[in-house]
Amino acid sequence: MKTTDAPTPEVEKKDAGKIFLEEVTTGGSPKGARTGSRLGQFVLIPFLAVLTGLIIGGIFIMLTDLNVYQAFSRGIGAGFSEAFRVVGASYSALFTGSIGDPVRWVTALQSGDALEIRRAFNPFLESLVASTPYIFGGLAVALGFRAGVFNIGVEGQIFVGAIFAAFAGYSIKGVPAVIHIPLALLAGALGGFLWGYIPGWLKAKTGGHEVINTIMMNFIAFRLSDWLLSGPMKAPNQFNPVSPPIEPSAVLPRFFGPPTRFHLGFFVALGVAYLVYWLLFKTTWGFNLRAVGANMFSAKYAGINVTLNIILAMSLSGALAGLAGANEVMGLNHNLAMAFSSGYGFDSIALALLGNNHPIGVVLAALLFGTLRNGATRMQIAAGVPIDIISILQAVILMFIAAPAIIRTIYRLRAPAGGDTGVTVRGWGGG
Amino acid sequence: MADSLVITRKKLQPTSPTRQRVMGVLFIIIGAALWFFFARIAPADQNATFGLVPGGSSVELPPWTVPVASTLNVLAVVCVGIGAFQVARGFKRATNIILGIVVGLFIFGFLVSAAAGKTLNLGGLISTTLVKSVPLTLGALAGILCERAGVTNIAIEGMMLSSALTSCLIASLTQSLWVGVLAGIITGALLALLHGVLSIKYKTNQIISATVINILATGLTSYISQKFMQPIPALNNSGIFQTWAIPVLSDIPLIGPIFFNNTLYVYAMYVFLVVIHIALFKTRWGLRMRAVGEHPKAADTLGIDVFKTRYMAVTLSGMMAGFAGSYFTLGSVGRFDEVMTAGRGFIALAAMIFGNWTPFGSFGAGLLFGFADSLASRLTILRINIPSEFMLMAPYIATMIVLAGVVGRSIPPAADGVPYEKE
Repeated sequence: MKTTDAPTPEVEKKDAGKIFLEEVTTGGSPKGARTGSRLGQFVLIPFLAVLTGLIIGGIFIMLTDLNVYQAFSRGIGAGFSEAFRVVGASYSALFTGSIGDPVRWVTALQSGDALEIRRAFNPFLESLVASTPYIFGGLAVALGFRAGVFNIGVEGQIFVGAIFAAFAGYSIKGVPAVIHIPLALLAGALGGFLWGYIPGWLKAKTGGHEVINTIMMNFIAFRLSDWLLSGPMKAPNQFNPVSPPIEPSAVLPRFFGPPTRFHLGFFVALGVAYLVYWLLFKTTWGFNLRAVGANMFSAKYAGINVTLNIILAMSLSGALAGLAGANEVMGLNHNLAMAFSSGYGFDSIALALLGNNHPIGVVLAALLFGTLRNGATRMQIAAGVPIDIISILQAVILMFIAAPAIIRTIYRLRAPAGGDTGVTVRGWGGG
Repeated sequence: MADSLVITRKKLQPTSPTRQRVMGVLFIIIGAALWFFFARIAPADQNATFGLVPGGSSVELPPWTVPVASTLNVLAVVCVGIGAFQVARGFKRATNIILGIVVGLFIFGFLVSAAAGKTLNLGGLISTTLVKSVPLTLGALAGILCERAGVTNIAIEGMMLSSALTSCLIASLTQSLWVGVLAGIITGALLALLHGVLSIKYKTNQIISATVINILATGLTSYISQKFMQPIPALNNSGIFQTWAIPVLSDIPLIGPIFFNNTLYVYAMYVFLVVIHIALFKTRWGLRMRAVGEHPKAADTLGIDVFKTRYMAVTLSGMMAGFAGSYFTLGSVGRFDEVMTAGRGFIALAAMIFGNWTPFGSFGAGLLFGFADSLASRLTILRINIPSEFMLMAPYIATMIVLAGVVGRSIPPAADGVPYEKE
C-alpha cells in the first residue's frame, strides 16, 4: 500500500486506507503489520502473474503452430529453434504493435516529416487510446469491490452509457463544445448510473444478489441497444443499424492529425481516476463505503447507513462504466453501432483485481491491458496469431491474481503473515 | 401440546397472508390486462385458427378454430375469478401452480389475440419451444448440481462454449458423434475441475474463478476456431444427431410428434430431469449434497467430506454443462461458430434461479424462456407490434422480479458461494 499511496503526503499518522488494509490483510493481528511483506505482495504477485501469463501464452502459441510440429519432425534442435522463433516473432510483433519500433522513431524524428513521426508513434498512442475504456471500467469494478459489491454488469453499463452519450451527442445542436462535451459525458455517466442503480437498489432493499441482477441487466442492455439501433435511434438513410453521427461539438478533440486517434478521453480518465482516489481515501463518504465493504455488519453497528452506501456504490460504479461507453462514442466511433464494446466489461474485473482495486493500480493495469489489446492486432497481422490470445492471457493473469497461492507455489514465495487480501463479496447464499 | 402442533403447522404454510393478497391482486391485474389489451379491442366476429401440425407427423389433426372476442372475455373473467378467490380464501399450497396456470392463460390469450383472423401453427410453436428449452434446461441442471452443493456457477456459458467446440472438433476428426459428445463432456469436466480447484482448494471468490473460465473459454474457442477450424473446413463438419421416433408414443396425435420424435438431447433432458430430481431429493446422496450446500459445518460434523462432495458436485456440473454445450454443434447445426452460445449459459443461469434451484422448476423456466425466444422470431410474421427485442428481454426481467421476491421468492442454498474453511 505504501507504494501506491506514495504520491500524496500522509496527513494523518494512519490514514483511512491504511487502517482498512490492515483490517483486511491481517485480520487484526499485529504480526502482519510489517509493510515490507505487503509491499512484496502488492508489487511482486501482479508482476509474476503477468510474467507467468506471458510465458503460458508463449507456450500456447508454440503448441498451436503447425510449423513447430513440422520442425520437430526434422529433429529436436530444429523443433526448439522453430518454436522459439515463432514465439519471438509473435511477441516482437506484440511489442512493435503496441509500443512502436524504436528504430523507426529515430529515423522519423531525423527526417522531420510530420506524418512519418505521427505514424511512428501511433502504436504507442493507440495503446493509450485502447487503455482509456479500461481505466473507466477498471475503476467501476474497483469502486464496487471496495464497497463489497461485485459489479459484473460493467459491459451493460458501458452500452447504456454509450446510448445516452450518443443521444446527447446528436440530439443537442448548436451548443459550443465547452458545454456540449461535459454534457454528453455526464449523459453517459447518467446512463450507467441508472443501470447500476437498479441492481444496487434491488440488493439493498430486497437482497437480490447483484451478480445475478447485473448479468441480467447486461443482456437487457444489449437487447435495448439492438432495439434502439434498429428503430428509434437508427440513422435515417442508413442501411446499417447505426445511430446518426454525433455533432462535431460533442467530439472529444484529438491532439494530433491522422492516422493518430489519441484524444482527450485519456486525460479525462486520468482525472476521474484521481477523483475516485480522492473520494475513496480522502472523504468520510469513502471511508463509510469502504467500511461497508470490509464488514457490513460492523459498519451498520457503527451507525453507517449500509443501504444508502450499497446503492451509491453500485450507482457510481455504473456511472464510471457509463463514462467508458461515452468515451468510446465521443472519442473514437462518433456514433453508436451494434456490439461496439467487445468484452471490456469482463476484462475490467481482471484488471481491477490486478490493480488491487486501487485507482493507481487500476490505471497501471489498464495501461497494460490496453497495450496488450492494441499489440495483439499487430500480432494477428504480422505473426498470424489470432487476437483472442489476449483473452487467454487475461484469463490466466486473473487466475493467478485471484489465487496468489499458485504463484507462490511456482516461485516458492513465502505466504504473508496475515493471509491474502480477499475479495469481500458474498455468494448468493449470503452466509 | 395440541396448541404447539397447530402453531408449527401454521408456520409450515408456504404462503403468508401478505403474499396471498399480492398474488390475488396480481391475478386480477393479469385478468384486467387480458381484457384491456386484447379483449376490449378484439373485433367481434373474427376467429383465430391454430394449426396443430408440429411436422414429422403421420397423423394430421384438423386446425383448431376459436372465436377471438368471446374466448378472450372468458379468459379475462376466469383470471379475475381466480384472483378474487385467491384474495378471499387463498389457494394455499397450490398458489405457485395457480400462478403458472394464470400465466399460461395470459399467454394463450396473447396468442389468440395475435392469431385473430389468421392462422398460427401452434404445433410448430410448441415444438420449437421445446427444442429451444433444451440447452437452457440442461444448463440449468448443470447449475443446480453445482449450487446445491454450495458452489456458485456462472461459468456455465464458458463450459458450454468450450464443449461446443471440442465436441464438434472431435466428432469431425473421428467421424463419430458419440465420441464428440464424450469429448464435450470431458471438456466440461476439466473446466469444472479448474473451477473446483480455484474455488474449493484456493478459496478464490467463486464468481471470479467462474469469470476466469468464461474469459478463457471465449479466448480459447475463438483462437482455435480462427487458427484451425476456419482454414480447414474438414475439422468443422461434424454432422448432427438425427431424430428418433419412439415407437408407440410418437403416434399419439399432436403430443407424440412434439415430445417423442426428437433427438438424443430432448430424451436425455427427460431422463436427467427425473434422475436428478430423484437423486437430489429422494436419496441419501442428494441429502448429503444439499446439506453441504446449506450448512457445510453441520455436514462436516456428521462426517460428510465437504471438499469431496463439492468436488464431485462441481465435476458433475461440468459434465452436464459439457453435454449441454455439445447440443449447440452436434444437436443443432453441425459446425462451430465463434461465441455461438450467445449468452444462453446465462439464460440457463436465469432459468435455474427462476426455477428456484429445482430440476422441474428449471424445466418450466426453460420452457417459458424458450417460448419467449421462439415467439420473438415469429412476431414479424404475425405482424404483432411488439419489438422482438422486448420478447427476448423477458427472461432476464422475469428472473430479476423473481429474485427480488415481488411475486414468488427464489431462495438460493444457504451456503451458496461461501468457501468452506475446515477448522
